[in-house]
Amino acid sequence: MNVPDDLLYTESHEWIRRDGDTIRVGITDHAQAELTDVVYVELPKKGATYDARGTIAVVESVKAASDIYAPAKGTVLEANQALESNPALLNTDPYGEGWIFLLKMDDPNQLSGLKDAAAYRAALG
Amino acid sequence: MSEAAPKTTPLYDEHLRLGGKMIPFGGWLMPVQYSSIMEEHQAVRNNVGVFDISHMGELVARGPGAGAWLDTMLTNNIAKLEVGTGQYTFLLNDNAGIIDDLIVYRIEDEKFLLVVNASRIEDDFGWLRSHLPGSTPAAATGVQIEDQSDQYAGLAIQGPRVGELFSALFGAANKLPARNQIARFDLGGTSLRIARTGYTGEDGIEVFFAAEAAARVWKEVLEKGKSLGMRPCGLGARDTLRLEMCYPLNGSDLSPAHNPLEAGLGFFVDLTKARFSGREKLLREKENGLSRRLVPFRMKGKGPPPRPHYRVFHAGAEVGELTSGTLSPSLNYGIGMAYLTTPAPKPGEEIEIEIRGQKFPAVIEKKPLYKK
Repeated sequence: MNVPDDLLYTESHEWIRRDGDTIRVGITDHAQAELTDVVYVELPKKGATYDARGTIAVVESVKAASDIYAPAKGTVLEANQALESNPALLNTDPYGEGWIFLLKMDDPNQLSGLKDAAAYRAALG
Repeated sequence: MSEAAPKTTPLYDEHLRLGGKMIPFGGWLMPVQYSSIMEEHQAVRNNVGVFDISHMGELVARGPGAGAWLDTMLTNNIAKLEVGTGQYTFLLNDNAGIIDDLIVYRIEDEKFLLVVNASRIEDDFGWLRSHLPGSTPAAATGVQIEDQSDQYAGLAIQGPRVGELFSALFGAANKLPARNQIARFDLGGTSLRIARTGYTGEDGIEVFFAAEAAARVWKEVLEKGKSLGMRPCGLGARDTLRLEMCYPLNGSDLSPAHNPLEAGLGFFVDLTKARFSGREKLLREKENGLSRRLVPFRMKGKGPPPRPHYRVFHAGAEVGELTSGTLSPSLNYGIGMAYLTTPAPKPGEEIEIEIRGQKFPAVIEKKPLYKK
């Protein structure tokens, strides 16, 4: 399972790429493999605000809908519109073209309790 | 449904070996998919796929009075059923609620095989046993019924290339049984009952045989199917395939709270028969008019896939909820079925499906949702 070294990870299998007070978020290779066949992504709206751990997006496979959580309180700077026409990007390129949203954090110090790549790999077993 | 640990079929190890993702279903641990629901679905539509249906139940009724008695238990007409033929039918309670939908095969003049849903085996068997004719010993009434579910393994082999697979397994001299017919074949010393039936809308067969031979038959089918593009298929693809055809799923579209007329399956109910459980209630329903109907629909435009229990609106009013819904892999749009209050909107009329608080447009369709 691909777990890039330069990302942070949540217990709920989102990955986070941090750049100052901005984070880019998607789902991990493990998550996409478990879901398989992503057929729809409900994206957050640009400018909308979310609380930490609030449902910010929904990823739907043929079989089930899965909530994606905001890793920190903040405002959506951008959502990946390419997923509207091609939700399978989550399967084919989960860490690249399959990113879901860009969030500006209210308080960058709030981003805590995340795993680094080694810890996430260990959690996957 | 029992709270006990889920049961496994004799093919459990084979599913794990093939990377099957196991989920609980109707009291059983079954593969929902091996690789991808989409790919498995397409394998059945374009080539051929094999499903483990060993979780399904096999009840055997026999004796001189078996046919006449089953005719009073089931909605379809057994008198019309010739030896070697099966028919889709319902087991109803006295209120016409659906205990189960099943296929009954007349495998001998006085011997019937009932293939029932996995989660309903105990209820079906309990109901049938408690309704055996009279209270005298079975020998005196001429009907015996036995639950042989644990003795059987079952495979569904479905797809346009099933004929080629059949020839590869049994040789060109052997012919596939005709639609709805069942016959015996031998595969390396294992006796198989093969029926030309299925739950996918494709040509196909369902195969029943001794549980001990499960892994051997499964492997041989997959081996012979390799060159035909065969895939092992899970419950996920089974659900998308059947929903494209508007075949009902017991426990979702059918339950003791529903009757076959409102499910749109009156074709399998012979109301001209003098007696069967639920008949009086169905006649009253027919006379008074049905209060709801199961109707198929498709989503218009892009949107989230519809799912069971989403609410349905028509002309501003809430008119029912979904019992089935998915993204159709063949059609690439959302499809589903919902029980709607009568008078239900007609094919072509627009409805709305509420998904996470937002309403999405959909249109009522005719059965089946997918045509070749």
